[in-house]
Amino acid sequence: MSEKLMVKGTEAIAEAAIRAGCRNYFGYPITPQSELAEYMSRRLPQVGGTFLQAESEVAAVNMVYGAASTGKRVMTSTSSPGFSLMQEGISYIAAAQLPCVFVNVVRGGPGLGDIQPAQSDYFQATKGGGHGDYRLIVLAPSTLQEAVELTYLAFDLADEYRNPALILADGLMGQMMEPVEFPEFRDLKTLPKHEWALTGCNEREPNKVTSFNIDPYELEKMNKVYQEKYLRIIKKEKRWENYMTEDAEYLFVAYGTMARIIKTVVRKAREEGIKAGLFRPITLWPYPYEELHELSEKVGFVLTVEMSAGQMIEDVRLAVSGRTKVFFYGRTAGVIPTPNEVLEELKKKIGMVKV
Amino acid sequence: MIKEMFLKKPKSLSEKEFTYCPGCHHGIVHRLIAEVIDELNIREKTIVVAPVGCSVFAYEFFYLDGTVAPHGRAPAVATGMKRALPDRIVFTYQGDGDLAAIGTAEIIHAANRGENITTIFINNAIYGMTGGQMAPTSLIGMKTTTTPYGRDPKKDGYPIHVCETLQNMKGVAYLERLTVSSPQEVIKAKKSIRKAFEAQINQIGFSLIEVLSTCPTNWGMTPVEAIKWLKENMVKEFPLGVFVDKTKGVN
Repeated sequence: MSEKLMVKGTEAIAEAAIRAGCRNYFGYPITPQSELAEYMSRRLPQVGGTFLQAESEVAAVNMVYGAASTGKRVMTSTSSPGFSLMQEGISYIAAAQLPCVFVNVVRGGPGLGDIQPAQSDYFQATKGGGHGDYRLIVLAPSTLQEAVELTYLAFDLADEYRNPALILADGLMGQMMEPVEFPEFRDLKTLPKHEWALTGCNEREPNKVTSFNIDPYELEKMNKVYQEKYLRIIKKEKRWENYMTEDAEYLFVAYGTMARIIKTVVRKAREEGIKAGLFRPITLWPYPYEELHELSEKVGFVLTVEMSAGQMIEDVRLAVSGRTKVFFYGRTAGVIPTPNEVLEELKKKIGMVKV
Repeated sequence: MIKEMFLKKPKSLSEKEFTYCPGCHHGIVHRLIAEVIDELNIREKTIVVAPVGCSVFAYEFFYLDGTVAPHGRAPAVATGMKRALPDRIVFTYQGDGDLAAIGTAEIIHAANRGENITTIFINNAIYGMTGGQMAPTSLIGMKTTTTPYGRDPKKDGYPIHVCETLQNMKGVAYLERLTVSSPQEVIKAKKSIRKAFEAQINQIGFSLIEVLSTCPTNWGMTPVEAIKWLKENMVKEFPLGVFVDKTKGVN
């Protein structure tokens, strides 16, 4: 970590992936993240990698399946409608336990929606999205520097747990520019060796990568392996940030871009003598329920703020478990709440609670 | 010597018993592929991508590294593998529903890119695994469980011709439609499958072998009747022959 470069969010994520050892990218253009594919198309040939523009997101996710099954580091990136198209493949990838990294630069929805930043794919990211009992490791960066670090981490987590990981960003992070420091290039020779990978059965028994078993008892065994793994991830991989929570009387919960805006709100509130704090989940799955629960016991109320009609709030309510009031404020369709409107909302809620 | 030739299982087939119905051609085609892989001495660098359909278990029947793709997506999965490991041999094995209905986009674009993979395409004009529904390749007038009055082109469209669709794509190196409905045809088919794999080994582009096959169970016929029906009806709709061959002079 030495050079500090001014880069766009999509490019920061792409470069971080390459430094993490990703040499295979398959994708389909969609705003607001096409620059990620463009960057990869320039950059991957320079480092001996493969870039391929697929005919659809459906094809792209299956190319990721193919490359991941050879044990190589691989990623794709897309935005909301494209991520919906990938869900079938993601379910297969999770079930076949293939390590790979997805990036969803979320835009306003539902349907074709718009191309402005949103957080309305939270359910899809954290509760499944595709069919069956599976989970993605979901990382939600709040700054471009963090996007770089979490992308780098995502490949290691994916490899360690043989599980797809998702960087859940939004259109703002995708399009903004910020100075970032990049980590060192991973020596490809130091990347984990995968004995399960499909490489041709040279001097060994053939390997099979599959999500399929027609025998329900055998398939249940496979499901148990997934569920045991998810428990391990829950125990070890929860990440979160407490911001000015030590003496907080009112607690915001927000992630990603919204959390960054809330930090401004917290500072403004404190200037006015309101002791606000922020709990920011960094991993949206596994969700830091216990950590939020502990904090919520000490505050007057919790105010969840999202760029959606209210999705993460369901996890916040689970975490709080009735220990205090949980309010919600959000804007939809790519409208970003301003610090002032959120501060007004906080004051309104304080008034309500006092009455 | 002759006795040994007939009883020996190719190394590239596993010990798993086939799950195919009596008279189905999947088993013959599996064996031909396995023999070709053995003879080309590529077993230890070959990866099979099975489809969804009756041959969903193909990844277990071959004694090779393998996987099973989502329905129709085998060419995309194979593309990802081949791009990650360009020196391996990757082939997909797909039925008509998988390749010519739900997976039409994937096969067309893999062929058009000249993706250096091989596809073995089993066309039996019906959905076998799900119980005999209309396939994109079902013949006009053919009765299936979803065309109980016969396939009517006015509402069901016409049989899709995969080889004719792919033949003008510049990325295609070898393209042939054949049958395995007689011993002579079986011997010929093996040579063609070998050519398709050689096209991949020599890196000259995408190769596909379409095998017109029987489905006695869902056609409601005996295996012998099914072969007769195939010769009299399917071959008429889907003419046999080599559509593209760029393998000549390449080695």
